Amino acid sequence: MYLKLKLSRQLKTDITGYTFILPNILGMIIFTLFPLLFSLFISFTDWDFTKGLGNWNFNFGANYIEMWKDGWFTSSLFNTILYSLMVVPISIFLALVLAVILESYCFAKVPMKLAMFMPYISNIVAVAIVWVMMYSPWGPFTLMIKALGWETPPAWLGDYNWALIAVTIMSIWSSIGYNILIYSSAIQGLPQDVYEAADVDGASEITKFFKITIPSLSPTTFFLVITTLINSFQVFAPIQIMTRGGPGTSTSVLVYYIYTTGFTFFRMGYASAIAWVLFLLLLIVTLIQWRGQKKWVSYE
Amino acid sequence: MKNKDLQKFYFMKKLIIRFCCTALIIGISLVMITPFLWMLSASMKTSADVLKLPIKWIPDYFYPDNYISVWNIGGKAKVDYHFGVAYLNSLKIAFINLFGSVLTSTLAGYAFAKIKFRGSNVIFLLYLAAMMIPTQVTLIPRFTLFNSLGMMGGHLPLILPGLVTITGTFLMRQYFMQIPNELKEASFIDGANEFQIWARIMVPVAKPGMASLAMLVFLWNWNNYLDALVFLSDWRQYTIPVALTNFVEESLTEYNLVMAASASALIPVFAVFLAGQRFFVKGLVAGAVKG
Repeated sequence: MYLKLKLSRQLKTDITGYTFILPNILGMIIFTLFPLLFSLFISFTDWDFTKGLGNWNFNFGANYIEMWKDGWFTSSLFNTILYSLMVVPISIFLALVLAVILESYCFAKVPMKLAMFMPYISNIVAVAIVWVMMYSPWGPFTLMIKALGWETPPAWLGDYNWALIAVTIMSIWSSIGYNILIYSSAIQGLPQDVYEAADVDGASEITKFFKITIPSLSPTTFFLVITTLINSFQVFAPIQIMTRGGPGTSTSVLVYYIYTTGFTFFRMGYASAIAWVLFLLLLIVTLIQWRGQKKWVSYE
Repeated sequence: MKNKDLQKFYFMKKLIIRFCCTALIIGISLVMITPFLWMLSASMKTSADVLKLPIKWIPDYFYPDNYISVWNIGGKAKVDYHFGVAYLNSLKIAFINLFGSVLTSTLAGYAFAKIKFRGSNVIFLLYLAAMMIPTQVTLIPRFTLFNSLGMMGGHLPLILPGLVTITGTFLMRQYFMQIPNELKEASFIDGANEFQIWARIMVPVAKPGMASLAMLVFLWNWNNYLDALVFLSDWRQYTIPVALTNFVEESLTEYNLVMAASASALIPVFAVFLAGQRFFVKGLVAGAVKG
């Protein structure tokens, strides 16, 4: 009698629980899980969207082999990684230094934090358009570089060697505010007694920065490296607006190439295969995060 | 006496360091907002004045015609860019998704945190795994799905997937985890059912968390570019990011107009952000400390 009552109570709890998550889980299955499997499926076909739904042939991984002979794909992969390797360390290191100065040695930090945060909340399309003009010969960026003594700066976005760097500078500018914000709140949570002990020992500010602040912020740094890396792998809007992948293939990145392959040339099968390469890259980064957290991060 | 001098010396040293650092940070802040200042100043110049060097940061006279043409106020603009339509579309999508996803996230987040139903741990693990799936991977299947359902002409391809956010569910679950169980148990004794507890006790307590999530969702939707680019094909449906790019393609040489359009897209978001700054920052930081 007692057992029966208990079971039915659990069943009632189950029904309530599933009712609460029903809309959410439906959305996740329809718009995330099912599309993920479907994209894996068509990545093994030669599907061309113009031929219509269902009109596809299995090509047994030919897409995954073809891409390595495709110069656009290999350039896009290379550029994505190069771009990320430039954005992540510079943006995070600058943010760390600025956050420490802001939190510990600065008057009126709130308006300054807001100013640095403005690019992050700005519509990336509007911001990219403004930066296209910043880089033009009469734009403030070019003028500033000239004022610093470089008489004939390159044509930034129009220069094969400089275009990716120009996009990178804009990305660092727009992402740094978020990193500063996260570092600031982490710094506010640091225990003060360690710093006081260091003061008693006569440690300099630089020593404190390298010996106390950097090690105790390592969990935050690790988090920011992973999120900035994941976001950098998915960069699209600045490329689409500022360079369209050019000049040549010098700024083509994976998501941009997925977009043109899928929605300009309608090669859905091939585009899905490239999307899965991107997904695998992100998966590797996330797995490193899970494993690495224990190894490299010091949680007091 | 000597000790006092030393103290004074250290105090002065600290003060000087502080002044230098503040000056440095002010300089960097100015560099950071230079693009915005320049955008504002160029948006209020005639097209000839924009190209003049050296740059006049404060124009000699303010020229509002750029904004009037961009918004086509009075219907006298040479080309109607339908900027107002795009604005309304963006607002509509952002608000529907804001209310929808805050609702679904609050429901599911509560269930994962406070209702002990069987399988909840397994499903929540599935959610954690799904957070890794980039939207670009699901883009082509979503496009195929909406195309075969005949929904491509409207806003549904942007609204329907936006009603549920996995990150939002995760954030709300974390928020409910902090709320003590006693609050719920007390109401159970009073005979309230799970839904009543959620609506009358838990939602009011979770309001700050919901506000943070709302700000994040608004920003995600307002800035969503790739999906809008793929799903929208007609000016009546365009959102701000797509309308802006089209605007640039049609009148790239008229820098002053482009700048006025960009400024029109940015300023309201700054206003919303400044008003809700507290919640916004909390939401971002809460998302960061997931460990």
